Amino acid sequence: MDVSRRQFLSIGSAGVLGGSALGFDLTESVRIKQRLRIEGATLSHSLCPYCAVGCSLIAHTKKAANGKTELLHIEGDPDSPVNEGTLCPKGATSLQLAVSRRRVPHPLYRAPGAAEWKQVSWEFALDRLARNIKASRDATFVAQDADGNVVNRCEGVAFAGGAAFSSEEGYLATKLMRGLGLVHLEQQARV
Amino acid sequence: MVSLAATFGRGAMTNHWRDIRHADLILVNGANPAEAHPVGFRWLMRAKLDRGAKIIHADPRFTRTSAVADTYVRIRTGTDVAYFGGLINYVLTNRLHHDDYVRWATNAGFVVKDGYAFQDGMFNGYDREQGVYNTKLWAYETDDEGHARIDLDHPRSVLNLLRAHYQRYDPDTVARITGIPREQFLQVARQVGEMGRPDKVMTIVYAVGLTHHTTGVQLIRSGAILQLLLGNMGRPGGGMNAERGHANIQGNTDHAISWDILPGYLRIPAPRQKDIKAYLDESASIKQHPRAVNFFGENYRRYLVSLLKAWYGDAATKDNEFAFHYLPKPAANASWISIFDQALRGKMQGIMLSGMTATSIGPDSNQVLQALSNLKWLCVMDPFATTSSEFWQAPGMDPAKIQTEVFMLPATHWIEKDGSFTNSGRWVQWKDQVLPPEGEARHDHWILSELFLRVRDLYEAQGGKFPDPVLKMALPYANPRKPELDEIAQEINGRDLRTGKRLATFVDLNDDGTTSAGDWIYTGHYPEEGNLAKRRDGVQDPARNDPSGMGFYPNWAWSWPANRRVLYNRASADENGRPWDPSRPGIAWENGTWVGDVPDYPPTTGPGPDAPLPFIMTGEGVGRLFSNAVADGPFPEHYEPIESPIANPLHPEVSATPAAFRYDERAGRPNRFGTVADYPYVATSYRLTEHEHYVTQNVEHLVQLQPEAFVEVPAALAREKGIETGDRVRVSSRRGKLEVRAVVTNRLGPLDVDGRTVYQIGIPIHWGFVGINTGQHWLANALTPFVGDASARTPEYKAFLVNIEKI
Ligand code: SF4
Repeated sequence: MDVSRRQFLSIGSAGVLGGSALGFDLTESVRIKQRLRIEGATLSHSLCPYCAVGCSLIAHTKKAANGKTELLHIEGDPDSPVNEGTLCPKGATSLQLAVSRRRVPHPLYRAPGAAEWKQVSWEFALDRLARNIKASRDATFVAQDADGNVVNRCEGVAFAGGAAFSSEEGYLATKLMRGLGLVHLEQQARV
Repeated sequence: MVSLAATFGRGAMTNHWRDIRHADLILVNGANPAEAHPVGFRWLMRAKLDRGAKIIHADPRFTRTSAVADTYVRIRTGTDVAYFGGLINYVLTNRLHHDDYVRWATNAGFVVKDGYAFQDGMFNGYDREQGVYNTKLWAYETDDEGHARIDLDHPRSVLNLLRAHYQRYDPDTVARITGIPREQFLQVARQVGEMGRPDKVMTIVYAVGLTHHTTGVQLIRSGAILQLLLGNMGRPGGGMNAERGHANIQGNTDHAISWDILPGYLRIPAPRQKDIKAYLDESASIKQHPRAVNFFGENYRRYLVSLLKAWYGDAATKDNEFAFHYLPKPAANASWISIFDQALRGKMQGIMLSGMTATSIGPDSNQVLQALSNLKWLCVMDPFATTSSEFWQAPGMDPAKIQTEVFMLPATHWIEKDGSFTNSGRWVQWKDQVLPPEGEARHDHWILSELFLRVRDLYEAQGGKFPDPVLKMALPYANPRKPELDEIAQEINGRDLRTGKRLATFVDLNDDGTTSAGDWIYTGHYPEEGNLAKRRDGVQDPARNDPSGMGFYPNWAWSWPANRRVLYNRASADENGRPWDPSRPGIAWENGTWVGDVPDYPPTTGPGPDAPLPFIMTGEGVGRLFSNAVADGPFPEHYEPIESPIANPLHPEVSATPAAFRYDERAGRPNRFGTVADYPYVATSYRLTEHEHYVTQNVEHLVQLQPEAFVEVPAALAREKGIETGDRVRVSSRRGKLEVRAVVTNRLGPLDVDGRTVYQIGIPIHWGFVGINTGQHWLANALTPFVGDASARTPEYKAFLVNIEKI
């Protein structure tokens, strides 16, 4: 059987478990299952979304019959100088974060005083939010401070975000929020 | 960030994960990498296994890091200034510092201006009314050209002041403050003292256990001073290594999602700065030594103007100072606690949160819930429900009374988009989009672009307050409503606007509007030849991919700045360009050029007595043992946490730092601090391996591994209170309470502090009222105080007072 190093690594770790913990050797069945599962899959490069060690991941996907892309398996990239193929429990279970039934499926809106969420369209949510942002910006904007300095700041809107952003999203967030004149800008680094 | 920038000129992990294997001694403080950064920890283990390195772990709690450390030092939480201070004193008293390095690469010989004083816990220049120091008074004596006077033997030389300051930190005092037995402390000090030899190198590894204190900046500064004295900065296996907690904290800090900076660590302008010149006068460092390169200070204007060109394009012209006044100028601190303080004062109308749950993360959750109830609107962008999106229906809240409009916008996951993460070693690594967005979920950057453009449409149609920066912002993307991250990466890299070509290095940036760059420290990651963050020449072929053999792997991804793997690497070689330790070279001068890592200097700028000094990011050209860039002292001093079981043994009248920011007091709200009479135990919070802040509440396997909230109670205290493992206990502070199960443990032993027994209680944070296991609705941060570090306003999560009782 042709086993690439990459496949070998993933088989290896599963095999150890099968062999030692149960007292009989499951290696072969695990090997076959593993092979079938990711056989013919597309390999993509990703990174662990959790801590800042920056472990590289290899994600295996396949296009299902209904056209949906299915995520089959995630493992550590053996080529990475950071993790050399290894992952901790968080990285190793990152598939369960990527594919989850717990996701919020559509925009939700909770009106003042309401006891429940209401499902709304993106159009409704974005439109209403944009109006709120403008109203709050106009209401709390200071063009010149008491000493006559030009300050052009919006004091009444804050933005916090981003440890999970790609850097490029973070950059865009900074640019747009500063463009609105926000001074209250914060992310995970401090907290 | 503040502490390292104050010391070396920029704030980031200086080395990188793989490099830790080159250390001889590893001091781990305020961190538990074995559990919080498990794969990064392999490089500490490699140092141990491959070269016999020793690991010394100082921590309040015996963790899995302690279990494999050679020495575990039980330390009272937040007293690392005294621990490092004792080590600094030991090194200086016994003349174990790296003398050549200290003379050449630090400000040891700089003479401090007359008037500097430290007495009874106070430095000179304190303004009682404002509660702040005038840090400008902590300056050097200068000549006509503004260069500092240098005389190592002067009584006010930095080195002599340093000696005087730290001689109070003798082993007995260290023991009295930290709870570390004298003999054990000396045993550590002897090992650390060895590391001042040129052929030895030590690294310091730390995390939020140092930053999350009211003295966080000074805790880290202490380690940095020790590292400078030992000559370990800039060297492979050395450095100050800050372990960031989340995948992309580093990238998002670099790109300045932070109230006080612009991308690339440029300062946000202040109101009094009426033009770019006034801004530069106060922001860019000034050359204080004839041989200082002062790289950052000299080029500051180029970076600012190139940034403004990236943001405002054609609207940024010479005539309008490149739209300098489009940048908002904050009146006061606008960091995390300030946001919620403003909401409590009724001044904040709306908050947008993306991937951040204010309720769980911030200190004093009950007060934060109140703050959110005061808003007009709240927008949460997240793939899952969070304790912030659901705050209005949190246990104990009455939705009918809360008038806040709340929007929950489903955002995509990391795996559904491409883009880069910058790890704590500054490695910019690109990822693929693996999956399309699920269902109706949208990328955060699309949501933000859409919101921005809708606001722009409203300004176009209706007018409003100063619309220019909104109307004129440059969004040169194929579809501005749905920009591609690849397009943004190119914008960050920057271009020559005359040719349209992307730049290969920040050296080519200009200050006349002919270049643009969204973040100068990333210039060069995406040159004309392509996206270097995608490079993958890795460990399968070390002969080809790691030519120096030092594990730099220069063609794996890209690291800022300039693909340099170890910051300040000029200091890894002596004045003549020879590596301090030839077996572990960073860079070396060979045949008219620097070889090894990407050097700090132009490759052919040679070494020698007239050559530029090594720390290119400071105006002094050297690392700062003394620094006026920290709000509560040019040297770190031990101060007690705001809530402490004892008065400061060094100066009981000035127990806590006088510059810490007490939000409630300043706002005229009632005091929310407790005293030792009512809350006799010290508590500290932390995370578990299976947890990554709060998102892991939604991952089934991880919830199975850590299903239920608990606190760790030291065995002796548990006996006193009749608490057994599994019992339910109530842990309360002045601000709130937790009712969870107890785990009785020997991991947290009693400490002998200033003649009394002090118990510490351990509180893993994670659980809340959302997620898979919602039976546990107690928020650990209900207990933590609303107070910020003097310089950074980082909250105090790691040392506060509680009571515990069995229920
Ligand atoms: S696999 Fe573990 S150590 Fe690696 S980045 Fe993910 S959380 Fe960090």
